[in-house]
Amino acid sequence: MTNNQSTKGLSRIDGRLKVTGAARYSAEFAPAGMVYGVLVGSTITKGTIKSIDSKAAERAPGVLSVITHQNCPRIAGYQVEPGKKEPEKGTYKLFYNNKILFNGQPIAIVIADTFERALYAASLVKAQYNAAEHNTRLIDQKHEAFAPEGDGTSKRGEADAWKTAPFKLEQEYIIPSEVHSPMELHAIIAKWDAADRLTVWTKTQGVQDTRDGIASIFKLPRENIQVNSKFVGGAFGSALQVWPHEVAAIVAAKLVKRPVKLVLGRADMFTSVGYRPHTWQKIGIGATADGKLVGITHEAIGQTSAYEDFNEGPIGVSRATYACANVNTLYKLSALDIGSPTWMRGPGEATGAFALESALDELSYQLNIDPVELRIINHADTDPESGKPFSSKYLKEAYKLGADAIGWSDRKTKPGATAQNGWLVGYGMGGGMFGAYRDKAAARVVMKDDGTLLIQTAVSDIGPGTGTMIVTIASEEMGLPAEKIKFDLGDSSLPLAPSQGGSGTTATVGSAVYQACTDLKENFQKLAGNGGTDKPDYAAILKRNNLQKLEVTSTTNGGPERDKYAMYAWSVHFVKVLVHPATGVVKIDKAVCVADCGHVVSPKTARSQLIGGAIGGIGMALMEEVVIDHRYGRLVNNNFADYHVPVNADIPQIEAIFVNKPDPYINPMGAKGMAEIALIGMAPAVANAVYNATGKRVRELPITPDKLLGKDGAMES
Amino acid sequence: MEDERAHILPEADSGTSENSRRNFLKQSTLLTAIALTPATAVKAAEAHVDEKIAGAFEKMPVKLEVNGINHSLSVEPRATLLDILREQLDLTGTKKGCDHGQCGACTVHVDGRRVNSCLTLGVMVNGKKITTIEGLAKGDELHPMQEAFIKHDGFQCGYCTPGQIMSAVACIREGHANSEMEIREYMSGNICRCGAYPNIVNAIQEVKEGGFKV
Repeated sequence: MTNNQSTKGLSRIDGRLKVTGAARYSAEFAPAGMVYGVLVGSTITKGTIKSIDSKAAERAPGVLSVITHQNCPRIAGYQVEPGKKEPEKGTYKLFYNNKILFNGQPIAIVIADTFERALYAASLVKAQYNAAEHNTRLIDQKHEAFAPEGDGTSKRGEADAWKTAPFKLEQEYIIPSEVHSPMELHAIIAKWDAADRLTVWTKTQGVQDTRDGIASIFKLPRENIQVNSKFVGGAFGSALQVWPHEVAAIVAAKLVKRPVKLVLGRADMFTSVGYRPHTWQKIGIGATADGKLVGITHEAIGQTSAYEDFNEGPIGVSRATYACANVNTLYKLSALDIGSPTWMRGPGEATGAFALESALDELSYQLNIDPVELRIINHADTDPESGKPFSSKYLKEAYKLGADAIGWSDRKTKPGATAQNGWLVGYGMGGGMFGAYRDKAAARVVMKDDGTLLIQTAVSDIGPGTGTMIVTIASEEMGLPAEKIKFDLGDSSLPLAPSQGGSGTTATVGSAVYQACTDLKENFQKLAGNGGTDKPDYAAILKRNNLQKLEVTSTTNGGPERDKYAMYAWSVHFVKVLVHPATGVVKIDKAVCVADCGHVVSPKTARSQLIGGAIGGIGMALMEEVVIDHRYGRLVNNNFADYHVPVNADIPQIEAIFVNKPDPYINPMGAKGMAEIALIGMAPAVANAVYNATGKRVRELPITPDKLLGKDGAMES
Repeated sequence: MEDERAHILPEADSGTSENSRRNFLKQSTLLTAIALTPATAVKAAEAHVDEKIAGAFEKMPVKLEVNGINHSLSVEPRATLLDILREQLDLTGTKKGCDHGQCGACTVHVDGRRVNSCLTLGVMVNGKKITTIEGLAKGDELHPMQEAFIKHDGFQCGYCTPGQIMSAVACIREGHANSEMEIREYMSGNICRCGAYPNIVNAIQEVKEGGFKV
């Protein structure tokens, strides 16, 4: 039986380009005279470079140049103002000095006329080091953790009130570092058009933020920099900043006076473009016999690099998710000799939700209250933090939709009570939430006399289908079929758009497109004179007025509604797992994901996004884990054979359900973002289902078979 | 084949790989001739003429039929089919994801069979027929698998998509698309980080059940 759920709604507008190979990603351009750069990474973890011998590489065939800290031209934005001291912490500066801060840190770039020659020559660069003692193990450094800038602590009501509750527990929950691993390797082509003018094709979630980032590093006027990123092969947070490899290619292109292409290897993708940080958490939670939460205490220590503090606030979920009068949190960072972490899909919340939603599940067994029921008992009718009403919230409906779809009534409360063909059966659920943001953005809409509409905005589309969303909004607003609408994005010269991140694109850019269409229609009304219809024959009006086109650029931003209401999107994930008692293998048998994210603008792509996020959450739950050999501070699984991500055989059909009720306040479409909530809450749902199947509570991800089997190889329960 | 190679490749050198080229060039008659006029030799060295000559000797002739078009190429033996397609033939539809045969983004058909082009050297496919994603459609008419991927939304970012589609076509041809489970198993060499797997399975099932000739 073919499943037809995936065919409903407008198909991806740029789908044809993607299925024919015509879509070009950042490494797929060839400006005249282009040459290739390959990076050389440090083989030690901490210390200094004593010397670098690049003579052999320089002599190798086809090599144009080798750049190291010894000969790197001065990068203006790296320099410290005269009289000021070098700051103790800050963004890592490429080829700036001889310090080694993490294993794999780029120490040289080799530029040659072909990729093969650059790659070979890079192997000839030899460095001598003065190694220093390093630490890459979070658990060893917990005692040295420090509060991040801003506030690491918070208190609502009484601290540690959970201890006074009749039903309570305190447990530790740990997630390992996870790596975004988009399929497209990070890549850049840098081309200097003049001494102070630069064009780059680079993988970025925001062409204008990248432009501004490059402008500040190289002290160039931002209008002199053109950034292109029309197609982005996934990013998940890994392309929200200008990374050192981008600086390397730009510097190299300047030095060799040729365009330089640099594509990171897959191994570099594990060390050079961020990751979700390894985080230790402790939750204390208590409730009355009828399930009402008395207090939550949530502590977290996340790893960061020695040179930069990365604060993603994983404890926020405990303050914001449930109605609970007493919540106190403590968040610290631990600085390790490792590259900086960065935002990864569901940043902070995905980590925090694993702890909170697991703890709630544990509490539900103590209380003998159904986990869904326990959440409904503690449902927050208003924002627990601010007391403000929610702009909209249909979470209770989401619980019901999901529970019905998974067959929650088949769940047995007693763990290990159900078996199916020799496999233990378990059901679990977990929830997610994420702020529904809206930022400033602009869109230009151009109606041409052939009846086609062009929409332009700088936003990147990293995969969710931003172009399709934009066309859907314009199509409805203008009364035009989708075939008549073209879009242009991923170009820094187009109207203002923020980076694609934090689930904000539809609310932000979609609103600008909506407004521009509304303004354009008004202009047509004026042109047509009184009595014009709302959706007239645009081409005819243009011809009548001897105009080839009519265009409008509109800018929008969130308004005072954001002060009046608390705005969030919610998800609930339900899973049925099968666990093999002899091998400890966990299979996802069925998954249902419900999103309460307002009006769904583009149903087909939204469904894919919800399923995709859930699969990311399954990876987090069952397999993803960065493993470091702490003796050397080096990653041992920096490839897809050893760092496991879900493959097709790991994933069943996943049912995606949308409450699909518009939010009356957030924006004209009534839509909230959903990229993060698609993932947040899935990992605890799986862990909770595994407990229901086996009686084994795994509090340290991922849930690999060894954690389910006892020392004698048998499953404990 | 052995004899043919002997004519193309320089003789093996006992020196290190780094300077073998130069040793070879010193011994070659061409360079001997240049060496007779020292000024020219110095000039030649400055202009990297030795490198250019060496470069020519390092390359091998390869004939490929890619998407029905014959190409006579001169490639370094270490160049992968993937990099030849992307960097020399500008066929960038075939994607680079790992260079280790671990992700499947680079899947193409060689004489009708799916292979990871990143694990295939160009010289290994001399005389063979290569089909890439650019060669799957007939002009404007998409291949049924391409249509099904659009209809079922079998992708998000689209980067793994060419490899998925080439794999999917082969999966049906191999007779490995008889059930949902079988499709999942035989499509597991193609990673999709956006998580479009269920949609990919649905697209393949539709093409299989539709009885399309793939």
